[in-house]
Amino acid sequence: MSSKRMPKWADVLLVPILSLIIAFALSALVILAIGEDPVRAMRLMITGALGSTYGWGYTLYFTTNFLLTGLGVSIAFQARLFNIGGEGQALIGGLGVALVCLFIPWPHWSLAIIAAIAASAIFGAVWAAIPAYLQAKRGSHIVITTIMFNFIAFSLMNYMLSHVLRPPTSMDPATARFDNVLRLPRLHDILAPMGIDFSRAGPANVMLFVALLACVLAYFLMWRTRLGFEIRAFGKSEPAAHYAGISGVKIIMVAMLISGALSGMMAVNSVMGGPQRLVMNAVEGAGFIGIAVALMGRSHPIGIIAPALLFGFLFQGGSELALETTIPREMIIIIQALVIMFTGALDNMVRTPLETLFALMRRRT
Amino acid sequence: MDIVTIVQILDSTLRLATPLLFACLAGIISERAGIFDIGLEGKLLIAAFFSAAYAHYSGSAWIGLGAGVLASVVFSLFHGIASITFRGNQLISGVAINFLASGMTVVIAQSWFRQGGRTPSLTGDQRFPSLDLPGAEAVQGVPVIGQIYGEILTDHGILVYVGLLCVPLTWYVLYRTRFGLRLRAVGENPAAVDTAGVSVVRMRYAAIVIAGVLCGIGGAYLSTSLAAGFVREMSAGRGFIALAAMIFAKWRPWQGLGAVLLFGMLEAIANRFPNLDLGFITLPSQFMTALPYILTVIILAGFVGKAIPPRAGGEPYVKER
Repeated sequence: MSSKRMPKWADVLLVPILSLIIAFALSALVILAIGEDPVRAMRLMITGALGSTYGWGYTLYFTTNFLLTGLGVSIAFQARLFNIGGEGQALIGGLGVALVCLFIPWPHWSLAIIAAIAASAIFGAVWAAIPAYLQAKRGSHIVITTIMFNFIAFSLMNYMLSHVLRPPTSMDPATARFDNVLRLPRLHDILAPMGIDFSRAGPANVMLFVALLACVLAYFLMWRTRLGFEIRAFGKSEPAAHYAGISGVKIIMVAMLISGALSGMMAVNSVMGGPQRLVMNAVEGAGFIGIAVALMGRSHPIGIIAPALLFGFLFQGGSELALETTIPREMIIIIQALVIMFTGALDNMVRTPLETLFALMRRRT
Repeated sequence: MDIVTIVQILDSTLRLATPLLFACLAGIISERAGIFDIGLEGKLLIAAFFSAAYAHYSGSAWIGLGAGVLASVVFSLFHGIASITFRGNQLISGVAINFLASGMTVVIAQSWFRQGGRTPSLTGDQRFPSLDLPGAEAVQGVPVIGQIYGEILTDHGILVYVGLLCVPLTWYVLYRTRFGLRLRAVGENPAAVDTAGVSVVRMRYAAIVIAGVLCGIGGAYLSTSLAAGFVREMSAGRGFIALAAMIFAKWRPWQGLGAVLLFGMLEAIANRFPNLDLGFITLPSQFMTALPYILTVIILAGFVGKAIPPRAGGEPYVKER
């Protein structure tokens, strides 16, 4: 175990932060290579994402997305399942949200949000259930099946939006706008009574608190319940878990259902909280960013909060960057890839020298 | 459906199967050596971009091909450093490579060409010309042979034939050479290979470099032969379909050819009939687009025979001390 060779704080904080610095340095090189100034880019991103309550409204809105998808990926990771299907599960979750919002005349948003959360969670979980079942029962590799289910989800949404849910008068492949009663209270509405002035435009809404609550609940699930213990035990060692009488099929199914449900719930934010209608690309890659968030947060329900905020900042800052410079929004995908590479696959590259360093220091004292 | 339509569909089957074929063979070589490679998609994409970009700058499709292969091999080496040298998770590394390609192609394309993540359209020598097989015109009147040789097999870009030749070549290397034997052994039982005095690390690096070259050719074919230029996300999941074909073929080259032809045909049918009318039901185009992925899931579910991957696949090799 690596944790024995290094103090815990180094494992939890130092390794991810060093990986992040390397990823950022390489991203800066890319920005330099395309003839832009990385320092100016960073400054623009900071003012754009954090310099105003308007920026914060968007940053926290994206953070909400990444909290839920990151949490989804984390729970699956704990059972050593690599769920790349968060994107598809969130898309299908969006379908659940749209159906609930379009076809039921809700008297108040508070009732609607409960139904929307339930619907999106069920839809997301169902979309995760098929790859999970195939992994548990037939040994089909979950990585590949979840990738395939992302593509199938794209096609299904394309069909639903262009043939079924599109209002007849509209050319746009999107649903009609939801009733105004269903508008979720935004940070402006929540903070105004407390006398805090927050931008009216930023779409961050009550789902932020739901997402944070989900993190806390997930923590209790994973570290304070029998099921959580079983999931983690299965993830650490499948034969040991089997020997202890833990059913592999059950753990794979349950972990993936929770994972899919959390990713699906993300759609409540990005559909009901954002544009208030279901559009073609409602997820915008948040399912994939969840992978980077989970890796940086070491798959810990509380640990992912900081990386989710970081990516919220990058996402909002990145779109500001695209407006002000010639750096396209896709720059964020490069940063995301580098973060996944360095905190996930190249973990040993950062860890091994650090471990040697700590061993040397220990010998000296 | 008349005979002309069938010939047209088979003709485009061959075109559409070619990028899948290169990626599929790349996957076979890499996974036979015990390195999972879900970064095939990213390598196709990055190679497609650099091929189109350098074909545009140099005016030669061959120089473009070289640039594409180089870019793909560099990405392979990233994968190698992460998963062989630093013994990282091969799946995570593959995912990272896919995103890296997806982001870099658009960012660089926008910086170089300012056309919203595309390269300018390629014309003339910037693309691979079609190649007429000898005697193709002469046999055109002959029934069956005329259609197969004179219409379906002839008149493709040269890379289509390179791809077809790579199938027996891969088979020969894997099953009839010492290198191939060692490569397969590294994927099944690396400790035994190590005991025999062969470097596991070197064998695995060799495998992923070959995989990089093959993906590079496949990507170059996408942008400089099948299409006339690069557009964003143009690999469109082909790397993943190739992965499925590889599993379907149970990691064997000839069966791989069969699998990619099947997937290529599905795509050709979907292109020819966007809304397929089966008489009792009309399948929407979105269904046809999703069909290869649905089929892959069915195949993976093991309803068409069980696919058993190389035994040491996905596991970093740690030398005994």
